[in-house]
Parts: sequence; structure tokens; C-alpha cells
Amino acid sequence: MTWINAVVQGLLLGGLYALFACGLSLLFGVMRIINLAHGDLAVLGAFLVWTISTQANLSPFWALLLALPVMLAVGYLLQRTVLSRSLRGGPLTPLLTTFGLGIVIQNALLQVYSPDVRSLGGATGALSTGSWRLTDQLSISYIGVLTLATAVLVLGGLQLMLRRTSFGREMRATAQDPDTAALVGVPASAVYARATAIAVGIATIAGTFLAIHSTFDAASGPLQLLFAFEAVVIGGLGSLWGTLTGGIVLGVAQTIGATFDPQYSILAGHLVFLAILASPRGRSILTRSDR
Amino acid sequence: MNLLQVDDLVAYHGLLQAVRGVSFAVDEGTIVAMVGANGAGKSTMLRTIAGAHRAAAGTVRFAGADVTHVPAHRRVRHGIALVPEGRKLFADLTVEENLLVAGRRARPGPWKLDTVLESFPMLRPLRKRRAASLSGGQQQATAIARAVMANPRLLIVDEVSLGLSPLAVDTVYECLAVLRTAGTTLILVEQDLQRALSVADHVLCVLEGRIVLGSATAAVTREQVTDAYFGLRPNLSEQS
Repeated sequence: MTWINAVVQGLLLGGLYALFACGLSLLFGVMRIINLAHGDLAVLGAFLVWTISTQANLSPFWALLLALPVMLAVGYLLQRTVLSRSLRGGPLTPLLTTFGLGIVIQNALLQVYSPDVRSLGGATGALSTGSWRLTDQLSISYIGVLTLATAVLVLGGLQLMLRRTSFGREMRATAQDPDTAALVGVPASAVYARATAIAVGIATIAGTFLAIHSTFDAASGPLQLLFAFEAVVIGGLGSLWGTLTGGIVLGVAQTIGATFDPQYSILAGHLVFLAILASPRGRSILTRSDR
Repeated sequence: MNLLQVDDLVAYHGLLQAVRGVSFAVDEGTIVAMVGANGAGKSTMLRTIAGAHRAAAGTVRFAGADVTHVPAHRRVRHGIALVPEGRKLFADLTVEENLLVAGRRARPGPWKLDTVLESFPMLRPLRKRRAASLSGGQQQATAIARAVMANPRLLIVDEVSLGLSPLAVDTVYECLAVLRTAGTTLILVEQDLQRALSVADHVLCVLEGRIVLGSATAAVTREQVTDAYFGLRPNLSEQS
């Protein structure tokens, strides 16, 4: 029973990781950059939601709705100002830029919000503590199901947008060949800016769910970036449904590791990540990203 | 009226000066064939005209407007479309999606998905196929159709028949004939001299980044073009 429980809890945890990984995967797929500030942008979003929620005395979900347009704009401006310039500097410059941006965000949050650990769990009431009790040893938390459902919705919506809408077509065309996309009238910079806006928006959703699930502080970003990165690599770079699978595999690995001993939880996730990376498929991922 | 007017155009390919002060004009409604050896600078010249490559000096005027510093995606709105060398289709998109991407920000005009498929009937059964799964001839036809979706006034086709079977080349030229009747101005890079001279109104021969011969096809012989292609100008051959 503990095994079933571990798998079920891992599945739910995987939803959170998939949410984090989604924006990272999108930016890598479209712009071929790894956004090292992704986790910190998510935490920035979580702080914004926390501020709105506590100031206006709103449920975190309403606060998220208000914060989303702000964070979409942040993403858009980020691409227009910082990322578009660094993209011109070759493939390594965006890595450095986003690394620096992550540090700037962390320290700014530390200045403004102090190092206190916060959570949105209290503000959501029964949602974050309640669960369906299936058996004595197996219960499914409301918030876990909601997170996984949100992840599926976000990934599904993104997939639908990429496949079915004209903007999605432009995004796929630009991802494959930005020069040729320009030759058919598609400005890469505009597509990139919207992709970044969407990625930061989804990161905000992920950050909010993290804050409801557990706690967060100004320094929470890098660990979430690490999990997101692992989920993206496990699932296969540039594939959205793969990202969901990757998140779930990572989540299940962590919860199974934790049933042996809680201290093995994160380690087990890392080991699965390394195993995938060392496998033939992992090697093909690495060579593909060189393209 | 000159649709395209290029003056003293200079462009670099890395450190190499690939285009060395080129000037020429193209009249509206004509077909210009551009010939020249590999590495002569044809592709860089045409990409610079389309805005995909930066001009180091000189000007490109299109329909009276200076477009030298206009980015490629806006030149499409002016009416310049380039079919790049190697087709460069969006491999993971279907044929129809390739066309639709180009149609979204097109110049207003008669070419829509329906009209393009009517004029390129061989594409109709391929609509749902991924571009990567097409044969070379089908890819070239799709690439031309994609460029046509933008309703260009000037269509530049780099390496029309490179790597295509003779039968596929005929198909591609049928596509181009459709555009000629529609009054679109064309610049074609064609290695097959026979075909280039029979299709075009005007021929430009490029050698080492310069235009060494520019003439109406009626006023030039095959030998003269061949000599220019290899850099054998009469005065040079006399000296040697």
C-alpha cells in the first residue's frame, strides 16, 4: 500500500513539476535558450500573488488572476529589453544574462520581502489541507489533484494553441527557422516576446501552486529551476506532453525515494535524471540541442 | 518603371566581401535570370535584396522606396519575396501550414490558400503531408507557393532547379509560368543556361561579386554568357 501511495503522491507532485517545466520547455523549444531565471521568475510571481492576496484580502486564486496580466507584461518586456539583446550575442550570452537576472530577482525579493518564509496554504483554507480519503493509508489531497489538473490544462491548452492557431503556427515556424520565418513576413522578435510572456505567465501559475503546496522565500527559485530542468530533460526537450511525463516521472521517483528514507527523496529524482541523461536517448537529446 | 533599383550594393559573408558594388535595375513584369558559378555571390546578393542579409554599403530601392535598412519581414509587406536556396521549408509543418504561415502577414492581394492551391494543383493532395516528407520537386513547388502566398510584386527564386529531376524541373517551371501570366516580376537563379535564356527577358551574369554581363536575352549569345560566366571577357583573352 505504501508503494501505491508513493506512486499516487508522486503523480500529483509531478503535476507541480510539469507546471514549472512547461515554461522552461517552451522557451527552449522556441528560442533555444535555457532561462536560468525561470525559477526566480516563478517565485517573483508567487510574491506578487502573496502581496495581492494579503493586501486585498483575496483568495490566492483571484490574486493569481490579477497577477497574471502583470507577469505576462513582465515577460514581454523582459524579451524586448534584456533577452533580445543577449540573443544577438550568441548561444552562451542568454545563459549568463538569465543567470544574472536570477540573482538580481533573488536579492531584490530579499530586500523587499525579507528572508521570512511564507506560504499561501493558509489563505486557501480547506483546499490546501483537505483530501479524499480512499483507504486508511491512501488519501488524495485536493490541492494535488487541482495542480495536476491545472498542469494538464495548461499543457493541453498550449499544445492546442501551437497546433491549431495561426499564432501557434508562427511560433512553430520561428522555432524551426527564424531566418526563413522572417522571409515569409514573421518577425522573430515579436514571436519571441509573446513566447516569453506566456512562459513567465505559466511560471507564475507554477509559483502560486508551489506557494499553496508548501512554503517559499526569496531563495526558493533555483531548486525549482533544477526540478523543472530535470523534468524537461527526462521528458525530452521541446516536447510538451513529454514535459508532463517528465514531471510525473520525477515526482514519482522522489516519493518512492522518500518511502525508503525521506533524505533520499530529492536524490532519487537526481538519479533518475542522471540515468536518463546517460541512456542513449539522453545522448541524443544532448546532441540535438547542439544543432 | 523600375520595380527594383540596386545601387553600389556591398555585402559581406563573414570576412569575405561577397558582393562588391553591384548596380542593376529590374523592370516591373519582366523575368531576370541570374547566372554565375558557385560562390560568385548570387545568394548573398539576393538575400541582401530580400533583407535577410545586411547591406554594408549601397542602396536597395523597391517601388520607389528606399528599403536598404528595412528588416526582411517588413520587406515582405512591401512585396519582395525570396525562395531561399535549399527551399528551407518548415519541415515539421504540413504543406498547408507552410502556406498559411506565409499568408498571415501577407500583402493584400489575390493570392489566398484557395487560389494558390488552384494554381499549384499538385499541392492539393499533399496538403496534410509534413513538408519534410516531400520529394525535392514537391518541396520546391511548396516553397514557391509559400512565397506566392505573400502576394509579392517581386519574387526571387534562388536555385530554381538545383537537385531536382528533369521532370520536377518542368513542374516547377509550370508553377513559374503561372506567376508570369499573373504579371509578377521574377528573378531566377538558374544553372541551366539553356533554360535561363529561353525563359528570361534579361540575363545578369555574376562573377566574383560583380555583375560582368547584363543584357536583354535577345541581344546576347550563349557564348557571350558562357565567357562571362568563366570570366573570359574578350579584352582579357586577347591579353593572355
